[in-house]
Amino acid sequence: MTLGSVPPKYKVSIDRDQCMDCGRCIENCSYGVYRREGDKILIESRKCTACLRCVAMCPRDAITLTEKPVDYRSHPVWTREAREDIINQARSGKIILSGMGNVRDLPIIYDRLLLDACQVTNPSIDPLREPMELRTYIGKKPKKLEFKKTESGDVELETKLAPNLKLDTPIMIGHMSFGAISLNSQLSMAKAVAKTGTYMGTGEGGLHKDLYPYQDHMIVQVASGRFGVNIDYLERGAAIEIKIGQGAKPGIGGHLPGEKVNEEVSKTRMIPLGSDAISPAPHHDIYSIEDLVQLIRSLKEATEWKKPVFVKIAAVHNVAPIAAGIARSSADAVVIDGFRGGTGAAPKVFRDHVGIPIEVAIASVDQKLREQGVRNEISIIASGGIRNSADLAKSIALGADAVYIGTAALVALGCRVCGNCYRNLCPWGIATQRPDLVSRLDPEAGAAQVSNLIHGWTLELSELMGAAGINSIESLRGNRDRLRGYMLDEGMLKILDVQPAGA
Amino acid sequence: MKTVKIDAKGMHYTPLNQKIRAAVADGAEEIILDNVLGQRFIGDGVRGNVRIIINGVPGGDLGMFMSGPTCIIHGNAEHAPGNTMDSGMLVIHGSAGDAVAHSMRGGKVFIRNNIGYRGGIHMKQYEVEARPILVIGGTAHSFLGEYMAGGLVLVLGIGKEKAMTDRGIGSGIHGGEIIIRGEVDDYLLGVGAKKFEFTEADLERIAPIIKSFCEQFGYDPAEFLDTNYTKIGPASSRPFASKYVWE
Repeated sequence: MTLGSVPPKYKVSIDRDQCMDCGRCIENCSYGVYRREGDKILIESRKCTACLRCVAMCPRDAITLTEKPVDYRSHPVWTREAREDIINQARSGKIILSGMGNVRDLPIIYDRLLLDACQVTNPSIDPLREPMELRTYIGKKPKKLEFKKTESGDVELETKLAPNLKLDTPIMIGHMSFGAISLNSQLSMAKAVAKTGTYMGTGEGGLHKDLYPYQDHMIVQVASGRFGVNIDYLERGAAIEIKIGQGAKPGIGGHLPGEKVNEEVSKTRMIPLGSDAISPAPHHDIYSIEDLVQLIRSLKEATEWKKPVFVKIAAVHNVAPIAAGIARSSADAVVIDGFRGGTGAAPKVFRDHVGIPIEVAIASVDQKLREQGVRNEISIIASGGIRNSADLAKSIALGADAVYIGTAALVALGCRVCGNCYRNLCPWGIATQRPDLVSRLDPEAGAAQVSNLIHGWTLELSELMGAAGINSIESLRGNRDRLRGYMLDEGMLKILDVQPAGA
Repeated sequence: MKTVKIDAKGMHYTPLNQKIRAAVADGAEEIILDNVLGQRFIGDGVRGNVRIIINGVPGGDLGMFMSGPTCIIHGNAEHAPGNTMDSGMLVIHGSAGDAVAHSMRGGKVFIRNNIGYRGGIHMKQYEVEARPILVIGGTAHSFLGEYMAGGLVLVLGIGKEKAMTDRGIGSGIHGGEIIIRGEVDDYLLGVGAKKFEFTEADLERIAPIIKSFCEQFGYDPAEFLDTNYTKIGPASSRPFASKYVWE
């Protein structure tokens, strides 16, 4: 091969004075960076993914990992990444596969939105002594309520209410499938959502029997490949989500490589052992909004209209009219997944270049549904790059009812966002099916970490709301007056429907 | 046999399905639906060993998510009968629309005449006993058995000069088999699909299915019990394994 090799991305070194030669780095690195030769531990930096497992597990803090400076001639256009992608494709002729979310240095709108706080005339609320209402109901709401008086003079609700999910906090965990992530990861999150009174998604990987005890907190997913979907699965879920699109890869389907399809994954997904799990771009029984309505209704009919049905779409240019169509179907919630959404595997060109930011998608969908007078009838769930409680509060102020978190929950489990999820080698036991690696993640400890994260964000959300003089999440929802834009252009402010800072 | 009769004339699909469920819960062994005209989702998610006789033309997604029942349809069916069906049987005395047996992973769908596009798409199999079977008496349009991951699609081409004349057979197939009566032109095969020799052992394997199909529709199985078939299967169980490279 005339191209030769490219320079290593990371430089790993061991402080030999500190090292006690215990070999934990060798045991912990599933990528094979370390090996023993005689009485020495040798390092192959080229294999490193910066998962930081070795650094975390070294008992003597002897390991240093740095991003290696660019060895190429510096150039503002032909960056290291641009050149290495070309070399990779010149060598392979293939599509570059990537994991996790968008890596491009694009401005994050959340960071240019500032939340409001009360001062003198409208005092803030102290969440320590005042109740803060964070309970959120996700699902269809009636246009109006009708009551009737009984013979005894009591007033009874006549309107039939659609089933809703009751959330103690507006934070849910998004869909990450068994196959893409390990069972211990799913178990950790399932225990955490049960503890914190919220929900998580199964992804398109079916529902493993070990998750049955948590089924009341699971949203089961129906994707184009219909993996793991049967009547038992649908009946077990607290809600059902139809996945049309995903923020990390809008317009394309999912693909779990055959090496991750072991016996348990095969049984849970209901697919052959070791074969690729192909979930193509379109649902082959959906070719129109009318067909989507039919799928929603078929799911409701199968479960006797007892479960809310969500529809998840990727945030793309025409997201608002699509959401308006979904709002008019029998769907109970629309999930919008922004272009910073994570994934186990996506073509790099899609992950980094397709879709739009979640912030503008929430605002434009909320605006469109309000214009059409249907916003209060359907819930909006936002996802794709929610990093902290400020992003959560801003999402709700822009118009979301609740958010899904994905990467944040994985980080709470130990993920270092190294982006190699598709290799089945995740040394943290998260994005892998290799039993020795999966066993590294203790579901009890993982559950404590994830529930701590949700709890911490919930406390911060209460404080942010109190500071803004708001004591109910209902009053924050779509409340653009509690936001100001900073260093955003006029066009963007208009789409977000937010005033500039100082106004 | 406990039989329940339901007149579906002018009835919306939800009350119709409620009546079916109630009859099943009440121990009905046979349910006869008269005057069915376009009602969708008949038998959707219904479990049990009941036999449902449908007189008329059911709407889309007949027997979707169904687990157990046998439906005999005296008429054509709209699109996607057997969609994501788990187990049971659909016997359609007529033709059906697109996406027949979409993602079916167990049970049987027998169609006397023809089906539309994307028949048997995503059919999958994960255990030997959960093997979905789709038999088409006539012919099918394009993309038959697309992305198939298991099970059997059998096309008999009764009354046709050639059983299949539409393209894209088995596009992206990575499991299961498509067996077509007579010769199949190479250009009709989709990406990732490959022809295999149809042997006596294959005939032995599918003979009970042919007999069962013929029994339902009154054909003589002897006409079909020979090796004049083309077998199409996956070129690889990992059709996209070579499409990607690591970042």
